[in-house]
Amino acid sequence: MQPVEQRDEVEMLSLMLLIRRFEERASQQYQAQKIGGFCHLYIGQEAVVTGAIAAVRSDDYVITAYRDHGHALARGTSANACMAELFGKKTGCSRGLGGSMHFFDKKHHLYGGHAIVAAHVPLAVGLAFAIKYRGEDRVTLCFFGDGAINQGSFHEALNLAALYRLPIIFICENNLFAMGTSVKRSTSLKQIVDRAEGYDIPGEIVDGMNFREVRDKVAEVADSIRKESHPAFLEVRTYRYRGHSMSDPASYRTKQELEKYRLDDPIIRLRAQLTREGKLTNEQFDQLDKRAKETVLASVKFAEESPELPAEELYDYVYFDGAKP
Amino acid sequence: MREITYRQALNEALAEELERDTDVFLMGEEVAEYQGAYKVSAGLLQRFGPKRIIDTPISENGFAGLGIGAAMVGLRPIIEFMTFSFSLVAFDQVVNNAPNMFMMSGGQFNIPITFRGPNGPAHQLAATHSHATENFYASVPGLKVCTPATPRDAKGLLKTAVRDDNPVLVLEAELLYSSKGMVEPPDEELLIPLGKAEVKREGSDVTVVCYAQTVPVALKVAAQLEEEDISAEVIDLRSIKPLDELAIFGSIAKTHRVVVVEQDHPFCGIGAEICYRIQKNIFDALDAPVLRVSQEDVPMPYNEHLEHAVLPNAEKLIAAVKQVCYA
Repeated sequence: MQPVEQRDEVEMLSLMLLIRRFEERASQQYQAQKIGGFCHLYIGQEAVVTGAIAAVRSDDYVITAYRDHGHALARGTSANACMAELFGKKTGCSRGLGGSMHFFDKKHHLYGGHAIVAAHVPLAVGLAFAIKYRGEDRVTLCFFGDGAINQGSFHEALNLAALYRLPIIFICENNLFAMGTSVKRSTSLKQIVDRAEGYDIPGEIVDGMNFREVRDKVAEVADSIRKESHPAFLEVRTYRYRGHSMSDPASYRTKQELEKYRLDDPIIRLRAQLTREGKLTNEQFDQLDKRAKETVLASVKFAEESPELPAEELYDYVYFDGAKP
Repeated sequence: MREITYRQALNEALAEELERDTDVFLMGEEVAEYQGAYKVSAGLLQRFGPKRIIDTPISENGFAGLGIGAAMVGLRPIIEFMTFSFSLVAFDQVVNNAPNMFMMSGGQFNIPITFRGPNGPAHQLAATHSHATENFYASVPGLKVCTPATPRDAKGLLKTAVRDDNPVLVLEAELLYSSKGMVEPPDEELLIPLGKAEVKREGSDVTVVCYAQTVPVALKVAAQLEEEDISAEVIDLRSIKPLDELAIFGSIAKTHRVVVVEQDHPFCGIGAEICYRIQKNIFDALDAPVLRVSQEDVPMPYNEHLEHAVLPNAEKLIAAVKQVCYA
């Protein structure tokens, strides 16, 4: 994966399309009962993870919460491995043992996929601790939602990161709702970014519907961290078009509000920017979209045809040395 | 062999593992500048420096999670809880993150971490500071739990725990930090495997299964019963999980009578699991029902004589042993 300057924006647009089409197809497969458990879709938030990943190196550490399909795809996990995970298959990125909320990909430095709200924020601080301990110049990207910022583990983690001056960017994907509870009803702050100030961590607000703004801001912060290790906090304002999970009709918000954000769609926005600058034609865009749809369709076929882990192998995944107490 | 304290034994184990592997670090409250709340880490800051001996704020959930994250990328953290009663504040990290990661990631991420610190009732610390947490943690798949009762076991088990590629809890015995025992010299590598019990005293009439702070109780009782012509075999489990059930069965095959003396509560306590396994595997060898001696099923009172009444003490154990021996 190339660093920010070299990564082609058309390629990034194509990645956003892949995430969008993947999630739409996941939704359909969930309704067809091919996917079990909980399933949280990323539709509407694509520019956040795409912009952030475009700004860092392939060996930087990435960790996120349970709305994680987009993070894996952006990191380089194949659509096949992601869809197969949703189907609970052995070929999935977590061998069908983690499911939608627990995507892991060691090769691509994706450290999960974590489903207890904010419980992964201390883990992220541990990843950053290891970077500093070993004297490396990597950066940890820790994604979480606005619902995480009132948990104790979030506060403890920010304090530790600041105390030890660890190389980490806390990226709050503020999509305005923690499940059905709006930020206004959950958080006694005028703006979420003020949480960072409480720990003496520099923080900024970023427009999460704008790929370029996310990318440039994360690149700038990552650059500063690589020069001299420190934590940073970005409140990235975004919006999820679907409910919290598949079972949520999202009746706590108005149609008008959703429509307002849809007009500001991150894919349409980057497409318009590229078209205006003569870097993308309509035909090319249609081609990219067609390719994304085909990749996703193929991933469904791959997932369907993949085997499951046999029950006899269950105990191979409890202890590293296969101990059976 | 030379005689050292349980505290010194732990200190030697930490120092040797820190010396052996630079991926090992020690983190916790007061472990560095204060030299350890119970002085287990005394001198380590001076020897290994602040990069590897790290003081934390009072923030168990935070630094337990930090350790797990660092272990995901191959460091081998030793996380000290000032007492395992405080580990309950980090329960989500110890129970939900450390042992689940390997399964949840399809085998991509094992967590080579050691959580250690004093566990079990000490002396008049009352309800919040007296937890025996072994049965909580032993019930979680993916965790290993050991409970050393002697300086030798403390050193050997802690060193093994640090080298294990899974999350291991070393539940130290708070009341035994100053107790003494014979341990191999420092230039001799001492590793004691997890999941291996040890016969601490041989006997022929009755088996007493014990661990951690109930080991000295059992040994004292065995010596006393000898005078009454009851020969008790004392088996120290040393590890709760993995559990060395074969050592228990082997002894019962010889004695036909058994009492389990545990330091936790009776309901869903360690003894319940052991009794189940005994009746399932070696029922025909028993000449009497299996008895358990544990804490009373109450939160720990502060008052000294009431605390004594709650604990699995010598009087209760003697009565139980006599009952199974029909003596």
